[in-house]
Amino acid sequence: MTLVDLHRDDVRVDTRAPVLKVTGLTKRFGQGAAAVTAVEGLDLTVERGEFLTIVGASGCGKSTLLSIVAGLTPPTSGTVDVQATRAALMFQDATLMPWLTVAGNVDLALRLRGVPRAKRPERVKELLALVHLDGRQEQRPHELSGGMRQRVALARVLAQEADLVLMDEPFGALDAMTRDAMHDELERIWTEHGLTVLFVTHNVREAVRLGDRVVVLASGPGHVKAEMSVPLPRPRRIDSSEVATRAAALTDALREEVRQHVG
Amino acid sequence: MSADVEQLGLRVFPTPERTGTAATDTDARSGTASWGRRLWASTWPKLIAVGIALLVWQLLYASGWRPAYVLPSPKATFQELGQQLSTQRFWTALGITARRAIVGFALAVLVGTLLGLAVARSRVLRAGVGSLVTGLQTMPSIAWFPLALLVFGYTERAITFVVILGAAPSVANGIIAGVDHVPPSLLRVARTLGAHGFGLYRHVVIPAAMPTYVSGLKQGWAFAWRSLMAGELLVIIAHRPSLGVLLDFDRQNSDAAAMISIMIVILVIGMGVDVAFNAVDRGLRHRRGLIVES
Repeated sequence: MTLVDLHRDDVRVDTRAPVLKVTGLTKRFGQGAAAVTAVEGLDLTVERGEFLTIVGASGCGKSTLLSIVAGLTPPTSGTVDVQATRAALMFQDATLMPWLTVAGNVDLALRLRGVPRAKRPERVKELLALVHLDGRQEQRPHELSGGMRQRVALARVLAQEADLVLMDEPFGALDAMTRDAMHDELERIWTEHGLTVLFVTHNVREAVRLGDRVVVLASGPGHVKAEMSVPLPRPRRIDSSEVATRAAALTDALREEVRQHVG
Repeated sequence: MSADVEQLGLRVFPTPERTGTAATDTDARSGTASWGRRLWASTWPKLIAVGIALLVWQLLYASGWRPAYVLPSPKATFQELGQQLSTQRFWTALGITARRAIVGFALAVLVGTLLGLAVARSRVLRAGVGSLVTGLQTMPSIAWFPLALLVFGYTERAITFVVILGAAPSVANGIIAGVDHVPPSLLRVARTLGAHGFGLYRHVVIPAAMPTYVSGLKQGWAFAWRSLMAGELLVIIAHRPSLGVLLDFDRQNSDAAAMISIMIVILVIGMGVDVAFNAVDRGLRHRRGLIVES
């Protein structure tokens, strides 16, 4: 049983091993009769440079899994082996610091990572250009749209230069058009920067659109129900027939699960 | 491809020329022209309130409810105020009072902030001192003076002591509430960014707590000013004229106009500092998008 420390620059990372290897993970909340098992005996591997999406209905333990991998919650049993010096997190809410400007928010991530002052302004500029927010440096989070705020959050994730990026329904609160645009951005940045991404969503199409591999979680308690590799060329489109076909197959696999959950 | 699109009945129009961008709209709103208008908008209700107060005063005076040497007319009082403002004695007194206020409040901020941070961080201190801080806040500061006089005698230190005791609990409570109400989501993000210990406080907790802290400072100032005036009426130190001394002196001489004019000065100073705190508070909230622009 290990509790992952997100910031261990001193740790030697085995770059040939998977970035993340979860084995027999169980998480129970509460004790005795009132105990709720959120995840039970879950196995999961994320290879270096892989874009893995996890899809599942609400209550299947997706967020719990992510929180454990990020080291924010300790597991009840099982092992979480993270071969990464740094993991970055992105949530449905951008959670930017409201008192800082757009540039200040990205700068804070660099600063807390120990990037010297002289190098920071240049890097902030590069990162904001990367997410197409040039010219918005001095604006405050509340002056931006939801999509723009998530772009800032994405720039902040990139500023962390994490070798594992954990995303918890990061585009769940965006309208469909903005979400499509964010998919394109994320795919482009992932391709250019060779990121390793673990992306959690309840949107099956989104999972197929983005993932190299899609893992379906079932609830009661959370376990891996199905898995699909998506060898489609990139860039992809969420409305392409290839994506639609695979999404339909996954939805069928999930349907029984959802029905049980509702019934 | 384009033939296919046309078959679908899709027509794409060129983007029209834009006459203004969102950015310039924002600039115009915070421009100097509207700044003057905003100032006026916040000033005229105050002017009307002052006008009504003066009118009531004048009517009360004209009704002959109390003789003029007890309740002077507004006109006579403001003439007396003008007279006072031209004397060296008034400015010396104001200087001494201002110095006491600044020193006392600064020390109260220092003590309150350190105490507040300590209580916010430590579970033991919170259990032990937390409710005491709130208790101290409800204690009228004038009740401290008998003890202060016993311990420090008729000295500056007696006054400063009570000013600190009056103001520090509010400042401490401000920072405790601020730290307690930092959104957990921000703390979670801060930790994933690698902030911990002192860095977490410096970069996230303190800035997030700032608006509540400023409210605490504002309340602390009100208590400091009250405590100081009580102190200056009770602790009269020889050859140290102050606003409190002037007030007491005028009462003993039954010079009602002079007395009321000093009261007006005390009121105006208290309000002036409050306005300054409000401006800081508004600025903080505005930058965070916590104020809806009207």
